[in-house]
Amino acid sequence: MDIPSFADLNLGVTLPAVFLALGTTVLLLIDAFLPKERRHLTAWFALAGVLVSFVLTLFNFGSSETALAGMFVADSFTGFMNLVALTAAAITILLSIDYLKRTGNARGEFYSLLLLSTAGAMFMASANDLIVVFVALELLSIPLYIMAAFRLNNAKSEESGMKYFILGAFSSAFLVYGSALIYGATGTTNLQEILASIGGIVEAGSSAIFYLVIGAALIVVGLGFKVAVVPFHMWTPDVYEGAPTPVTAFMSVGAKIGGFAALLRVLVTALPFLVAGQTVEPVWQNTIMIVAALTLIVGNFVAISQSNIKRMLAYSSIAHAGYIMMAVAAAANPFTADFAARSALIYLLAYTFTNLGAFAIALAIEKDDGSGTDIKDFVGLARSKPVLAAAMAVFMFSLTGIPLTAGFTGKWFVFQATMQAGLVPLAVIGVLTSVVSAFYYVRIIVNMYLSDGEGDEAAGATPLVNWAVYISFAGTLLLGVFPILATNLTETVTLLASVAP
Amino acid sequence: MVPTEAYIILSMVLFAMGAMGVLLRRNAIVVFMSVELMLNSANIALVAFSRHWNQADGHLFTFFVITVAAAEVAVGLALIVAIFRTKQSINIDELHLMEG
Amino acid sequence: MQSLALIAPLIILLPSLGTIINFFWGPKLNERFSSLIGITASASTFVVWLVLFSYLNGNYYQPAIVDLPILDGWIRIPSVGLEIPWQQRIDTLSVTMMGFVTFVGTLIHIYASGYMHGDPRYARFFAYLNMFLAFMLILVSGNNLLMLFVGWEGVGLCSYLLVGFWFDKKHGVGLKNSNAARKAFVANRIGDFGMLMAIFLAFWTFGTLDLYKPTEVTNPHMMEALASGGGHGEEGAAPANGAAEEGGHGEEAPAGEEGAGDHTGSAAQLVSLASDLPIDQEGDHGEAAAEDHGESASEGHAGPVIAYTDNTHLTFSQLGIFAQAERLAQLGEGETLERGDGTTAGRMINFGAFELDIDTVITLITLFMLLGATGKSAQIPLFVWLPDAMAGPTPVSALIHAATMVTAGVYMMVRANSLFHLAEFSSLVVTIIGVLTALSAGYVAMGQFDIKKVLAYSTVSQLGFMVAAVGVGAYGAAMFHMITHAFFKALLFLGSGSVIHGVEHGHHHAHEHKHDDHGHDEHHAETFDPQDMRNMGGLRRKMPITYATYLIGTLALAGLYPFAGFWSKDEILADSWVAAIQDGKFAGFVALGLFVAAALTAFYMWRQIEMVFHGSPRTEAAEQASESVWSMTVPLVILAVLSLLGGFLNIPSGIGLFSFGLQGVFGEHTLSTWLEYSVVHLHVGAFQPLIAIVSLVLAVAAIILANRIYGSNKAINSEGLDPLEANPASRPIFALSNARLYWDEIYGRLFITPFNRTAAFLANVVDMAFLHDYFHDSVITKGFNGIGRLLSHPIDLGIIDGAVNGIGRLTRWISGGLRRTQAGYVRVYAVALLIGVVAVIVFMLLPVLQG
Repeated sequence: MDIPSFADLNLGVTLPAVFLALGTTVLLLIDAFLPKERRHLTAWFALAGVLVSFVLTLFNFGSSETALAGMFVADSFTGFMNLVALTAAAITILLSIDYLKRTGNARGEFYSLLLLSTAGAMFMASANDLIVVFVALELLSIPLYIMAAFRLNNAKSEESGMKYFILGAFSSAFLVYGSALIYGATGTTNLQEILASIGGIVEAGSSAIFYLVIGAALIVVGLGFKVAVVPFHMWTPDVYEGAPTPVTAFMSVGAKIGGFAALLRVLVTALPFLVAGQTVEPVWQNTIMIVAALTLIVGNFVAISQSNIKRMLAYSSIAHAGYIMMAVAAAANPFTADFAARSALIYLLAYTFTNLGAFAIALAIEKDDGSGTDIKDFVGLARSKPVLAAAMAVFMFSLTGIPLTAGFTGKWFVFQATMQAGLVPLAVIGVLTSVVSAFYYVRIIVNMYLSDGEGDEAAGATPLVNWAVYISFAGTLLLGVFPILATNLTETVTLLASVAP
Repeated sequence: MVPTEAYIILSMVLFAMGAMGVLLRRNAIVVFMSVELMLNSANIALVAFSRHWNQADGHLFTFFVITVAAAEVAVGLALIVAIFRTKQSINIDELHLMEG
Repeated sequence: MQSLALIAPLIILLPSLGTIINFFWGPKLNERFSSLIGITASASTFVVWLVLFSYLNGNYYQPAIVDLPILDGWIRIPSVGLEIPWQQRIDTLSVTMMGFVTFVGTLIHIYASGYMHGDPRYARFFAYLNMFLAFMLILVSGNNLLMLFVGWEGVGLCSYLLVGFWFDKKHGVGLKNSNAARKAFVANRIGDFGMLMAIFLAFWTFGTLDLYKPTEVTNPHMMEALASGGGHGEEGAAPANGAAEEGGHGEEAPAGEEGAGDHTGSAAQLVSLASDLPIDQEGDHGEAAAEDHGESASEGHAGPVIAYTDNTHLTFSQLGIFAQAERLAQLGEGETLERGDGTTAGRMINFGAFELDIDTVITLITLFMLLGATGKSAQIPLFVWLPDAMAGPTPVSALIHAATMVTAGVYMMVRANSLFHLAEFSSLVVTIIGVLTALSAGYVAMGQFDIKKVLAYSTVSQLGFMVAAVGVGAYGAAMFHMITHAFFKALLFLGSGSVIHGVEHGHHHAHEHKHDDHGHDEHHAETFDPQDMRNMGGLRRKMPITYATYLIGTLALAGLYPFAGFWSKDEILADSWVAAIQDGKFAGFVALGLFVAAALTAFYMWRQIEMVFHGSPRTEAAEQASESVWSMTVPLVILAVLSLLGGFLNIPSGIGLFSFGLQGVFGEHTLSTWLEYSVVHLHVGAFQPLIAIVSLVLAVAAIILANRIYGSNKAINSEGLDPLEANPASRPIFALSNARLYWDEIYGRLFITPFNRTAAFLANVVDMAFLHDYFHDSVITKGFNGIGRLLSHPIDLGIIDGAVNGIGRLTRWISGGLRRTQAGYVRVYAVALLIGVVAVIVFMLLPVLQG
């Protein structure tokens, strides 16, 4: 084995993620050495780091290179995912600054953790090796465990962190074991090399095919947990409810970005032709379809009976994971794989803006002690805070998938991909459950506009939070009115390796 | 030479034991230990496969797993300490403030 | 004609439909409607049966195999060569079983509509009864052992549900009822173990579970007879075809030639006929033959076109288990035969670590089947559940625990006659068990006071007769006795139900009366038992119809000429006699013990008549008893007529003295000949005058003896004792009988106590340490409650009111239901996750495994 030279490592393309990861360390130091009265600056340094990384990503955008001896890949897929993750991080920082202060948890390490987690999501989008998938997943998750329990001496928050941690560690054990089995079957952890060796395994008809399939199943489980699809979703509502609201907001998008990036990458790049019998078809398609259908049904239906906005958004996020899962199922078909991956990206972007916006408003009406997250608290908001209420209405419409909002754009592409891949029943379930989802989203709007009652004064709606709302609002509408903004960016995305079946 | 399958069976048994531990034990620390058992069973599988293929990738992976496991333990123990301060208990069954 | 058989699936679907309607909508319907649905479902199965019956008659009794079209195979795993189709077998044996199941079933449905009046779970009861019918019909019509087993388990479940139907009765009765249900369930589980072992062994040995394959000839012997044109003439009368026979002879000739031609083996012809299977009689050949001979087509009975008279052209793996077993057993030492798929089979069956000779394997299979039969058909050692099962409502006792379900074991052994024929040792064991059961149950029946317990032990005893008959190879006699027994035992049970009803009624009446007159009367408090014969007496005048029909049932059971029981019991005894004296079979000698059992039968039945109906009333309840409603008495009368005439189904030849020209009307050996088309080893036996006279004399003597002891109002003496109990000389005999031979106590010592101790150890030490209460409460109970609510809500709210309240309510309800799974416990989430892991792995592995 040759020792690669420094130039071979091709560190340049890894810069956006590596910069962020290293930047967090610096950020910790900055926070430690800043005088107490200047500590509030940490957040702005973090935001600056995010922006730098954003710019770096834009510079690298559209390249198609591997780095770190093939373990890392930088292509349009990575670039787009990075942009989405960084947007989410930036909005979350805006949400956190005042929230942490008013709940008495303003500690600088929060931002380091947030950036580490973002870096984890970015690494997952760049992973070209099962080892990287695992390490990046943990880099994404471990900070989230801590952030979920970030409220000191708050039983709910601690419980939330503990639950997330136990179940998260449990599920990543499955992921590791699955990776080990795939390594055992193929003798490699590199995604392209895995693909290359599958043909031989199938021809030999050896028991390695079982290792391979079980391994793939366990990886689906491990990543399915992160993105909260049924039946690995049960932690979601409890964790979302207990965690501090900005953390919940970030968790609901950041973990999904990382999880779906890795899921698409592993399934489409490495295992597109897991062979079933004599016919070449991805064995995972049916499983993903069933998971998607279950997720759509459970997420949308259970959301109806929730009375806490954070829990409702938790189930809503489960449901949206189901829509993205539809795109993953569609990606099983080699002919629609690229289109499906693009639709998943667009959906993720749309979902990021909309969901963060919705959480921003939930955060705005939340009281300092963590109460005030009931759906009833939205009653009369249209009178007391008309702008926020209007924004919330748009977010709710977007989550439902009403045209001219980002949610519609995302759903439209995902359904398109699903239909193209021939998964008509799944598309039908998707459409029907979006109808069901109107049930609970519209209830918020009804509460805000039509129910009688004193409006909440929205104590949390500080200028920074308002900015976050505006950004999300703009993103939601722009993507709804000009979908071409997103489609242009995703035009060059392709996940299929050059190895033909 | 012990066949690779033997190691894999051992690792699967350990993995199942770990999973059962997570399901059946109430003490949070024991639950963590069970998760560690699951990760380490994966390590056994990785090392065995590494020997089977006669290459180092599996060993490499194992080091990463060990590192990550250490990080997880650090976080987990910190969480336990925090919870113990609030609740005076590390029984995971007592963690159900939120449900439904 | 062939198409007629295609309606066979309906015979299962119709009662299933009735079950569904009554189960889900029953609580919303009134009694009239529930019973109407139940009775209609059951009566329509009888109509289906009529069609199937006419199909067989019009088709020369050749079996049809009917696939359920939508099921497309049932169980099929091509990669391991496992293929178990869902096929119903319409042949003479299964149609015989279906006949009395649907007929008696319908009568009992009608009876129950009156008997269960006012019960809070009226509709549920009919749902269960219909479900029972469906499973029973699966059991008898399945063409493979697995379907038989599905039905077998299903009827067991229904029996369990119905025995414990009154689980909520007050004063500990409900507990007793559910204990009885549990006992029945456990005893049957042991039997089911035997059944499963038999099925596994059969599958391992033969690679299939089909009784007969669709293209297979069931009974070559009968096919040859048919082919040579004298099928019916040779074997005795078959009335359905008797009239057509004369016209038919001329036309049968060409068909016969064709059969002979096949036999000599023209290859081309074989191929051309292979598609035109032997069961297809409406083909061109028959019509062409009719035209050739210038006969009018309307005379029609052109005789069957027989492609094959035996199975020599089929390869081994194209045969069902019975024919395979016979081929294997015929092999010599070291010989092998081609399976037809390139492999060979020999006498030695490989079980991995060891090999067994085919004879040993067949003996094992049959012994395991016997174990199954001892459970279902209540034989020693598993019979203990049946008397306790009388805790269920009386129609259930009549239908399930007397007429139909308990005969399933006998049916199964008759079905497997080919195997029992090959396994002499098993047959001997079968006989011994049957005779022992018949004797001991008959003896125990003598000492019971509960009217239904007497009948229950009587049932056990009569089932012993049937099992013993199977053991000596008298398969026809066993089936014959099964049918007649279904008639008169159903009659007796329904009669006893009528009596209980009447006495209960009288009790209420008397009680109210007393209440008005004297205020309180402590003696009539809750201790009154309307089933205790000591509380009866003199009901002859109060309930004349019940009495008359009960008397007919008693005489039929006692075996008096010309009642049904005489003919069938006599055939068993005669066949045993022939087996013992002519064939010198040891089993035959054993079976002669049945003479004693027959005498016991007459004795205990007459004792019952004296105690219940004769003499003077012993309680006010009996004084005040009144006749039951018409819906209860009409089935009694119908069954009484059948108990009277049922024996003429199978009048033996050489009957001489007893004849009175009956065979001119009913024909000889009607049932046996009919059954012989499906039961390969059935042999038609001749009448044995000596046996008939001896058994008659014994029965009459027993009745006279019972009359001397119990007659003229001595049935129960002033101290409430049985005369036998009062007399010091006979007291031990009676006491032993009354204590039911201490079977339950012996079981308690031998099995139940040690088992309970083990269970306690497991529960206290193992379970507490491992699966502590929390896991149980949160995962199992909560999950169960959640599922329960999920299931119950759409019935109570969603579906009924859904149309009114719109989908919104349903949606919200689903939402709430799903929400309940979110228990808040980490552990529950982990369990869900793990279940998901397993599900995902299984789903992903499926295509790989299938490929």
